[in-house]
Amino acid sequence: MRDRRHPAYWGFVLHRASGVALALFLPLHFWALGQAIHGAAALDGFLRLVDHPLFTLAEWGLVVLLALHLAGGLRVMALEFLGWRHRQKDLVAASAGFAFGIGMMFLLHVG
Amino acid sequence: MKVRIQRDGGMAEYAVAARASQTVLDVVTEIQREQAPDLAYRFACRVGMCGSCAMEVNGVARWTCRTHVSRVVGADGVLELRPLANLPVIRDLVTDMAPFFEKWSRAGGQFVPKDGVVPAEFAVVPPASPQRREADAGIECIGCGVCYASCDIVSWNADYLGPAAMNRAWTLVNDERDGARAGRLRAVAGDAGCHSCHSTQGCTERCPKGLDPSGAIAGLKRTIFWGLA
Ligand code: SF4
Ligand code: SF4
Ligand code: FES
Repeated sequence: MRDRRHPAYWGFVLHRASGVALALFLPLHFWALGQAIHGAAALDGFLRLVDHPLFTLAEWGLVVLLALHLAGGLRVMALEFLGWRHRQKDLVAASAGFAFGIGMMFLLHVG
Repeated sequence: MKVRIQRDGGMAEYAVAARASQTVLDVVTEIQREQAPDLAYRFACRVGMCGSCAMEVNGVARWTCRTHVSRVVGADGVLELRPLANLPVIRDLVTDMAPFFEKWSRAGGQFVPKDGVVPAEFAVVPPASPQRREADAGIECIGCGVCYASCDIVSWNADYLGPAAMNRAWTLVNDERDGARAGRLRAVAGDAGCHSCHSTQGCTERCPKGLDPSGAIAGLKRTIFWGLA
């Protein structure tokens, strides 16, 4: 097996996995918006469903995914455009911390 | 200590006494001298200069002559040795480095003097100039192939030039005496070149000389992106 046991690789995996997960979510997102075509009642009906705690949890996951992907993207841009080198590990940690922070902020906001 | 070695017939197991300051290469040599005279492996300098002794040690590519057993042996006291990944195996722990070096030349790894002639006088390159520093950062490569064996893209795309070849190309791109800049940038800009790198930094993480091929590749990407050819 190829050697992948280092933080920069995990950073890459998190970035990629969050990207794929977000891409999978998109059709759902469009479908929900599409409910508006069937009139305000249909959309409202759907949005009431969304008040369920399970949805809040899923929403929290979504925000974390977005934050992860954003932070991962910023990390790659810093590496490739600004030529940052030696602080790569700290960058991965900072990205993860950023995602975690956004997740927590969202939780507080909901609570 | 238990040593498992990937040999042509499968995994072979040996028992070797643990000694103070023992390197992985010491262990392989002891096995070859005293237990398995037909074991094939490669080394030359034993001091981290020639780049010939690299192997996979417990799943991580390393230069074995400068790797102390105590630092890498598993918690179970096992040392597992395999030939370098991403390269064809000739026999036992010996890999064929030809594809690796062939890619160096494909990436434009040769110095080409400006105007085709080496000037009679030494070129004066100020040591503090940014380009000289970039070149310096990558120049100590010993061609061990550790980075190449640690890179996913190399295993996914057989044509991928790989970290060491592009590290060399970046060194030359920053060499102000060199005259083949444009062609070299074209050579590394293809599908098998710098744009395929995912910046996972396996190469940088594992390079025993502490070089940063990942950063070099980022430099190539940047140079091509801004059209500085
Ligand atoms: S940074 Fe690029 S060249 Fe280095 S190991 Fe990762 S994919 Fe390979
Ligand atoms: S860049 Fe480092 S790991 Fe790669 S071949 Fe050169 S010395 Fe070895
Ligand atoms: S034997 Fe020369 S680098 Fe290890």
